[in-house]
Amino acid sequence: MKSITKQKPFKEIEQQLDGFDRLYIAGCGTCTTMTKTGGREEVLEMRERLQELGKLVTGWIVIPTACDEMTEVAVKENNGAIQNAKCILVMSCALGVHKLSTYIDKPVIPALDTLFIGVEDSPGCFQEVCAQCGQCVLGETAGICPLTACHKGLLNGPCGGTDNGKCEVDKEKDCAWTLIYQRLKEQGRLDLMRKYHPPRDCNVAPRPRTIKIT
Amino acid sequence: MASSFREVLKSGKFVITSEIGPPKGTNIEKMLHHIDLLKDKVDALNVTDHQSSIMRFPSIGGCLTIKEQGGEPILQMTCRDRNRLALQAELLFAYTRGIRNVLCLTGDAVLVGDNKAAKGVFDLDSTQLLKTIRQMESGKDSGGNDLDGTVEFCAGAIVTPEAKPIEPQLIKFEKKVEAGAEFFQTQAIYDLDNFGKFTEYARQFPVKILAGIILLVSARMAKYMNENVPGILVPQNLIDELASAPKGEALNRGIEIAGRMIATLEKESICHGVHVMAIGREEMVPDILKAAGLAT
Ligand code: SF4
Ligand code: SF4
Repeated sequence: MKSITKQKPFKEIEQQLDGFDRLYIAGCGTCTTMTKTGGREEVLEMRERLQELGKLVTGWIVIPTACDEMTEVAVKENNGAIQNAKCILVMSCALGVHKLSTYIDKPVIPALDTLFIGVEDSPGCFQEVCAQCGQCVLGETAGICPLTACHKGLLNGPCGGTDNGKCEVDKEKDCAWTLIYQRLKEQGRLDLMRKYHPPRDCNVAPRPRTIKIT
Repeated sequence: MASSFREVLKSGKFVITSEIGPPKGTNIEKMLHHIDLLKDKVDALNVTDHQSSIMRFPSIGGCLTIKEQGGEPILQMTCRDRNRLALQAELLFAYTRGIRNVLCLTGDAVLVGDNKAAKGVFDLDSTQLLKTIRQMESGKDSGGNDLDGTVEFCAGAIVTPEAKPIEPQLIKFEKKVEAGAEFFQTQAIYDLDNFGKFTEYARQFPVKILAGIILLVSARMAKYMNENVPGILVPQNLIDELASAPKGEALNRGIEIAGRMIATLEKESICHGVHVMAIGREEMVPDILKAAGLAT
């Protein structure tokens, strides 16, 4: 599982950093290293571009896993350089940005957009397969999530936009319901597709979602 | 009160519906003209609901106008723009204003339209919307709460007989029948043999099938639809027929083709009626009906 990110347009980063002449950069050694959006190389490249803009980079770090508890330790160890900066530019996913903001008493600015939680299909190709809806129907849809893989998140079969197995929004994209149909048919379970699914409960776990494991 | 469109559907007559596309803006003149022109020539008139996800004057607005002018409107409702509260509220309103027919659609993706950054809602899908209508008729809203005054609608849906593969489409069709659809307006069909196979199959269900007829205005349009519109297949012989029309005559040729198809559908009782779509050229619908020998 990976948190999939993409770098914000540099212009937007520049705007967010307006007024901050000294900054510290934090990347992440896990997901954003894997997706080449916030690993060592990207952090160093960012440092260079910001220096070209005339910013002073007081230091940088690639935290092993920005979203976990060890981040606090990493922040403490680098406290000098962080204190020297006016803000922290974060090149992890939003989970890391959130974590860092709890440990650092300075503006924390994301350099990346967090897109989805995905799996790596083939090397370098990530796909969103679950939208964490809180009410899993994979058992009835042959392991393909209609909420995620179908552009409209339909539960009761294909829309009228499906065309030769492709989706109306993109001729390159498979229609989830054609895939579900094919797999259910192979498994001899097409009756599952005939079953009516009532409207989803959109508030199975109301936002903000929290859970306490005891 | 019984629905008069429902009565027409039950009467066994060859049913004719057409549709009105509301304006993008407040200039409703053309829409009023089209309504005036068509309301007495067809059994009911759909009003499209932000067709192709292009923001427009609302379907309900067009339907009220049709009603005021003595026509029979079919309210098109997609699930793209409203959650279940808003959909049900609109059904309540429509009912109080004498609108008795609803066509339930999932709706095109926001991305194909002209407000591409909008949120696609899809809180319900077409099947769930049909079920919700039937539930409201029993006096309860989708949350199971009592309604003070209920609704009654002649509810329809759409089906794409040329979809490939066809089986998932038929499964969905049957789910819509089960959910309460009484009539189906189909995606445009051009291959009558293939369409005949579909209506043969559909005959086992207690629903009326109205064949979708889209006016072809040129060979180019036909080719464009083949390449870009899911579930539409214009056979080569029709494309050739349009292409062979003398300069300036392609539109008339298209009217002839549409008229001929409708006449065949009626004569051979292939389906229960037609839904004529002249997208942007609504004023041609009377000519199409005349070419079909159906003008009143
Ligand atoms: S139904 Fe889809 S989004 Fe919901 S939990 Fe299952 S895989 Fe995730
Ligand atoms: S074409 Fe298929 S995947 Fe795309 S929105 Fe329709 S049902 Fe969903």
